[in-house]
Amino acid sequence: MKIAVCVSNVPDTATKIKIAAGGKEIDKAGVTFIVNPYDEFAIEEAVRTKEKFGGETVVISVGDDSNKEIMRKALAMGIDSGVLLKTSGALDSNGVATLLADEIKSGGYDIVFMGKQSVDYDSSVTGQLTAAKAGFNCVTVCVSLSIDNGAITAEREIEGGREVIKSALPAVITAQKGLNDPRYPNLKGIMDAKRKPLAEKPVSAPAPLVEVVEMSLPAPKAAGRIVGTDASAVPELVRLLREEAKVI
Amino acid sequence: MPKMILAVIEQREGKIKKSALEVASTAAKLASTYGCGVAAVVPAASVEGIEALANCGVGKITVLSDAGFANYSTSGYAKAVVDFAKNAGADTLIFSGTALGKDLAPAVAAGLDAAIVTDAISLEDNGGDIVAVRPVFAGKALQKVVARSANKVFTLRPNVFPVVESPVTASVETVAVAGADLTTTATEIKKAGGKLDVAEANIIVSGGRGLKESGNFHMVEELAEVLGAAVGASRAVVDAGWRPHGEQVGQTGKTVTPSLYIACGISGAIQHLAGMASSKYIVAINKDKDAPIFNVADYGIVGDVFEILPALKEELKKVM
Repeated sequence: MKIAVCVSNVPDTATKIKIAAGGKEIDKAGVTFIVNPYDEFAIEEAVRTKEKFGGETVVISVGDDSNKEIMRKALAMGIDSGVLLKTSGALDSNGVATLLADEIKSGGYDIVFMGKQSVDYDSSVTGQLTAAKAGFNCVTVCVSLSIDNGAITAEREIEGGREVIKSALPAVITAQKGLNDPRYPNLKGIMDAKRKPLAEKPVSAPAPLVEVVEMSLPAPKAAGRIVGTDASAVPELVRLLREEAKVI
Repeated sequence: MPKMILAVIEQREGKIKKSALEVASTAAKLASTYGCGVAAVVPAASVEGIEALANCGVGKITVLSDAGFANYSTSGYAKAVVDFAKNAGADTLIFSGTALGKDLAPAVAAGLDAAIVTDAISLEDNGGDIVAVRPVFAGKALQKVVARSANKVFTLRPNVFPVVESPVTASVETVAVAGADLTTTATEIKKAGGKLDVAEANIIVSGGRGLKESGNFHMVEELAEVLGAAVGASRAVVDAGWRPHGEQVGQTGKTVTPSLYIACGISGAIQHLAGMASSKYIVAINKDKDAPIFNVADYGIVGDVFEILPALKEELKKVM
């Protein structure tokens, strides 16, 4: 089976976001980038899928040289090789999906994993867009997956439970936390990753379909009120919730 | 300037979701802003209570019907909606950002070569363009965006846009979908004990590390029960295996906007605050007065959760 996993580098979730001059993007100075947390479940699932069915795993990322570090992490977790789709132009989800779909179609993949969303712009559309452009089926927000003779049975998280989805390869699967327990790369994995092939392909993305007009920080919240320091404050809290906030 | 707005309506088990009324109301409002047509479309096997859409200002309603649409089908719903939008000349489609809407909207956008803007918390006109505001970095920042393509797809963050009563006459048409594509289809729903989900709840009671051990979480559950609230959890207690991931609120969990969020024994890591800070009212109960959760709380009690939660439960029982 030919297996791809697509990874994205995002600011560490502990980052305090600042807006760059120009007011349209974040200030990247001093920001630590990490592999998108949901992509770790995708990487793990790709490695397990190969362990089960054999074949080849490839990590694909769209971006610049700074993406190589997160790609090496995927290689250290057990992915065989990498392809960096190198572009410096402006990118939106449609652009990323177009580039991924081209690579996936030409690469003859059977299954493609990625995180259910990247925790920077939180659009959660790249999976479906990539699948549609590549002519693949797509199951998003997966918390369980089994593949049998090309048939897919997956569970995806919905409000108040899960729905069981039947589909078929070739498919794009987007991973939700809970799909698996990602392994930590061990020392051998990290050493091996340095020698695994990581190809670079220059590409150019289509012009963004979504224009960012402005980026800003949310208005800070007005200071709240400390109602008390023990259970004697409870009646007053309930009164405030009923009479002032009117939420109960 | 939109030519024709289409509200894509979600049903589950044949019933219209509340979030779908938010979609209908928003579509009707935009149509009145732009003086353009508006219609609603509902992929379903059968559906009841559809007149509620006309009550929100969208009278022209089409049920796209197929026996296979009793459960959600990504491929089936997407193709049916794309074909309908093309025939109807709809260029602006609005979905709710529910689990179903998040899955379906991008598939439809791809079919219409549309730009897609997800998780909008506001849609306003600016010189003929619909300008969307959407939280990014889990709410640590806001982006104002404009879709630059002939067709446009928007998803709305649930529980943010109002349901507005603006009754019009309903005209409901049911159209059988020819050759429904059921390649990717739900076959079954496994409910998690019929519990209210944090993503849909009007009130959430959330617990964190301050509860000391998973065995104490019943205090959060009991308080939630009195309030008719959903139970939420911090990442720390989900990672510790105390609670299922479906309850996790925050940057790698769910982003929520209930009317009332009660944080019990949650210190308020930046990732947690990102997921709940836009709740309308926030109550924090924590023994550490310097906990960051108090920076976003409207009301706080600096004290012991083990003392305050039972007292709060009893006090609420008197008034609920």
